[in-house]
Amino acid sequence: MESPAQGATQTRRITIDPITRLEGHGKIDIFLDAQGNVAKAYYQIPELRGFEIFSRGRPAEEMPQITSRICGVCPTAHHMAGTKALDDLYKVDPPSAAKKVRELIYNTFMLEDHALHVYVLGGPDFIVGPQAPKELRNILGVIGKVGVDVGKRVISMRRRLREFISAVGGKVIHPVFGLPGGVAKGISSDELPTLKELANDGLEFARFTLQVFKDLVLKNEEYVKLITSDAYTHRTYYMGLVDAENRVNFYDGMIRVVDPIGKEYAKFAPEKYGDFVAEHVEPWSYVKFCYLKPLGWNGFVDGPGSGVYSVAPLARLNAADGMLTPEAQRASEEYFSTLGGKPVHFTLANHWARVVEMIQAAERMVELANDPEITGKELRVLPTNTPSVGVGVVEAPRGTLFHHYETDERGLIRKVNLIVATQNNAARIAMSVEKAARSLIHGGNVSDGLLNMIEMAFRAYDPCNACATHSLPGSMPLTVRVHNQSGEIIDVIRR
Amino acid sequence: MSHQPEKPTNGWEPRIIAFFCNWCTYTAADLAGVSRLKHASNIRIIRLMCSGRLDPQFILEAFAKGADGVLIGGCHPGDCHYIEGNYKALRRFRMLKRLLHEMGIEDERLRLEWISASEGEKVRSVVNDMVAKIKALGPLALPSKIASWDEEIAGNQELALEKEEAQHA
Amino acid sequence: MPEKPKIGFYWCASCGGCEESLVDLAEDILGVVEAVDIAFWPVAMDFKKKDVEAMADGYLAATFVNGAVRTSEQEEMARLVRRKSKIIVAYGSCAHLGGIPALANQFDREEILRYVYEGAPTVDNAVKERPKREVGVDGSSVTLPQFHDMVRALNQVVDVDYYLPGCPPTPRLMKQAVSALLSGNLPVRGSVLAPDLALCDECKRKESKPADLQYLKFKRPQETLIDPAVCMLAQGIVCMGPATRGGCEGQCLRGNMPCTGCFGPTSRVKDQGAKMISALASSIKGSSEDEIDAVLSTIPDPVGTFYRYGLAASLLRKKTG
Repeated sequence: MESPAQGATQTRRITIDPITRLEGHGKIDIFLDAQGNVAKAYYQIPELRGFEIFSRGRPAEEMPQITSRICGVCPTAHHMAGTKALDDLYKVDPPSAAKKVRELIYNTFMLEDHALHVYVLGGPDFIVGPQAPKELRNILGVIGKVGVDVGKRVISMRRRLREFISAVGGKVIHPVFGLPGGVAKGISSDELPTLKELANDGLEFARFTLQVFKDLVLKNEEYVKLITSDAYTHRTYYMGLVDAENRVNFYDGMIRVVDPIGKEYAKFAPEKYGDFVAEHVEPWSYVKFCYLKPLGWNGFVDGPGSGVYSVAPLARLNAADGMLTPEAQRASEEYFSTLGGKPVHFTLANHWARVVEMIQAAERMVELANDPEITGKELRVLPTNTPSVGVGVVEAPRGTLFHHYETDERGLIRKVNLIVATQNNAARIAMSVEKAARSLIHGGNVSDGLLNMIEMAFRAYDPCNACATHSLPGSMPLTVRVHNQSGEIIDVIRR
Repeated sequence: MSHQPEKPTNGWEPRIIAFFCNWCTYTAADLAGVSRLKHASNIRIIRLMCSGRLDPQFILEAFAKGADGVLIGGCHPGDCHYIEGNYKALRRFRMLKRLLHEMGIEDERLRLEWISASEGEKVRSVVNDMVAKIKALGPLALPSKIASWDEEIAGNQELALEKEEAQHA
Repeated sequence: MPEKPKIGFYWCASCGGCEESLVDLAEDILGVVEAVDIAFWPVAMDFKKKDVEAMADGYLAATFVNGAVRTSEQEEMARLVRRKSKIIVAYGSCAHLGGIPALANQFDREEILRYVYEGAPTVDNAVKERPKREVGVDGSSVTLPQFHDMVRALNQVVDVDYYLPGCPPTPRLMKQAVSALLSGNLPVRGSVLAPDLALCDECKRKESKPADLQYLKFKRPQETLIDPAVCMLAQGIVCMGPATRGGCEGQCLRGNMPCTGCFGPTSRVKDQGAKMISALASSIKGSSEDEIDAVLSTIPDPVGTFYRYGLAASLLRKKTG
């Protein structure tokens, strides 16, 4: 619905409320100056639940299942981070078979969750087009563009991947498998043929997705211009988990940070996260904004002097020296050479990096499905040490996720600190929204398509706002209210 | 957990719900009555066939409905008419104590006593003692606490009703 | 051509898992979409509050609301959809009972705010800045909603017609509920749309559930290897199955972990936690206070264990002290 600008000489305020096609709730407030150009934009998250508080007194072994309720879209990420925190809490090392089962579940989850974003949440912006009518900017529009068969393939593939997670993890939404020192259940040899077929089909599907992306996005000059445009570019630090050879790893490793020119800035073990990550509070949002502690908070700005950093696919590929698996590695090389080398600063390139990660997740599934140890029976080590502090870190689909538990000697939670994926991105998301708004809104001209392009700035990060505020998401209706300088409403746009 | 009880200003009297087993404690209470042993009248007695019949839900509901204290009376260990019932009551009671503690309800508000059929005097002394202790604690008044918690939505309830009426007007 | 009934989906204080469970209908969702008109669904469609306000009362045949009620915004929306819908279904544990977030009823709002924005180890906030309801900007302001002191289940705010239990509800139960709605074959108002039997009844481990149990201690899951074929309680592991409604197909048990009670109680029970306390405690081996307390101490967190999902709906509702 369009509403032409009225009285473009007065200060106006545009609110996008709620933002759509993401997990969680949020609103964007844009303030225009007298010339109708953007003076300031705020990306607000209106929710809070208090997981860190009501976890107190709970037995630590319940935390993987409790924290998974932070988010029903990425429960497995919390479950896994929590499980690893428990390993650290009890200083217990799971048997190799158990770790492989965990990694297999985790890669399955990465594959299906990334697919959700590509086809249902953020992807439609590209597959259908950013300025397409809003009725089409969703999965139905995608099906319209790529065909019903493709649509069914996406639905069916996700269903099968999720069924596998249920089979091993009990439930796919809020799984139960995580224990300190292992997993509750393993994989039997009866399940192997189905698993191998699933993994192979998953890899085919990931390849197919990359082809769809290349055909519909990369072959489209306008999209490529959009992706590489300055409006969607930020030069920040980048963070991701890497293994010993500095390759992208979703499940385990050290945390590596590179600076805006791609040089390694820091590499640290999970338990040292507090030396590197700090949270800044603003009064206009419930989400806290992460920044690199040694650099300090210098505001919502780019550059090597600013502590602002980014996580998730774009960042992971930047922070690593390569991918874990061969085909993903080739795909990432193509990605970097097309986009002008490392590091890539184009926020919208997140979509592409996400597809590259799908390939790694699928390849890893195939590797693990064919690993003889995957049906191993040694799945548990019983903890014997007295617990006190544990930190667990994984790469959630949406970024680095930190779970930090402190307990008494019985393993009851005393204190919890959670730094949740999207929080790491919160500052850069706010900056992206404001920059996109500034570039796109001039002379007070606003349209639905333009507003969507502003939303694309956050959607590329695949944000999870329930996670970011570990909150009770509340649903805020999305309205755009245009105020003049006296605060009177002169225009209302509903989306 | 520090809790400042409201000092009752208008002669507030504790209300205590008692669950007494038929064979022992209830009989003792009867005996107390027949012997004209005076005890505080703040207690309302509910007779169960056995203390083992006592469902923890009864206790929580008593508090939720306004009881300031709950007293459980059963046969001495080994004397239960149904052999095991009083042990079950004891085990449930110990678990409930922990729950109530976690939920901010003072320890003295839930009490269990073994009182045999002939111990009318014990009924009197236990009741009087409990009343005195609860008096010192002040009212629990859960119903009015719940009502005050609900004030944050009560205003909106009225507003919603007004809106509805306006639409149908 | 008869009009398709209009239905809606709304989320209050939700993790999004209930929304995901709808997506997990997978191919079956096409059947649903054939039979009904989805009039609004914020996560997947562009939803306008004004559109809902403009609907006539009772325009929506049914609205499925998930999530607990924590903020004034959610409360307002719950009341709004109540007016506009003939039937409201509380979907998922949070709407049904308050859910895991209702554990916050053991703490007060100030404790939460103070830790999140000042006390957490990585927070750098010397000026003690807090998110504010309203922040002035250039003659106008940006606002955030206030959150209530207390977490509430949906029926503690509006009248609820039916409940779909679970964290989240299973696609099978969802499908059954939608069929019942469309055929008009609904049970009595106020019912929970799941079998009215305890989980033990459908559990694959039922055969090994002993008739008589005597606990010397309870084992926490990490303290023991867990036999995938034997009843959890028989292994000394606390399992909420006896006090929890079935219908979930025993997924957690299939994952070789105990039930934590997300379906809530059967219709014959008022307070799920109290009932489980009753069941477990009565089977403890011990006749003296000391013996009993020693066994009970192996359940370290009564509230979190017995009221994991149902604290808001419990008899006591919130910590009073």
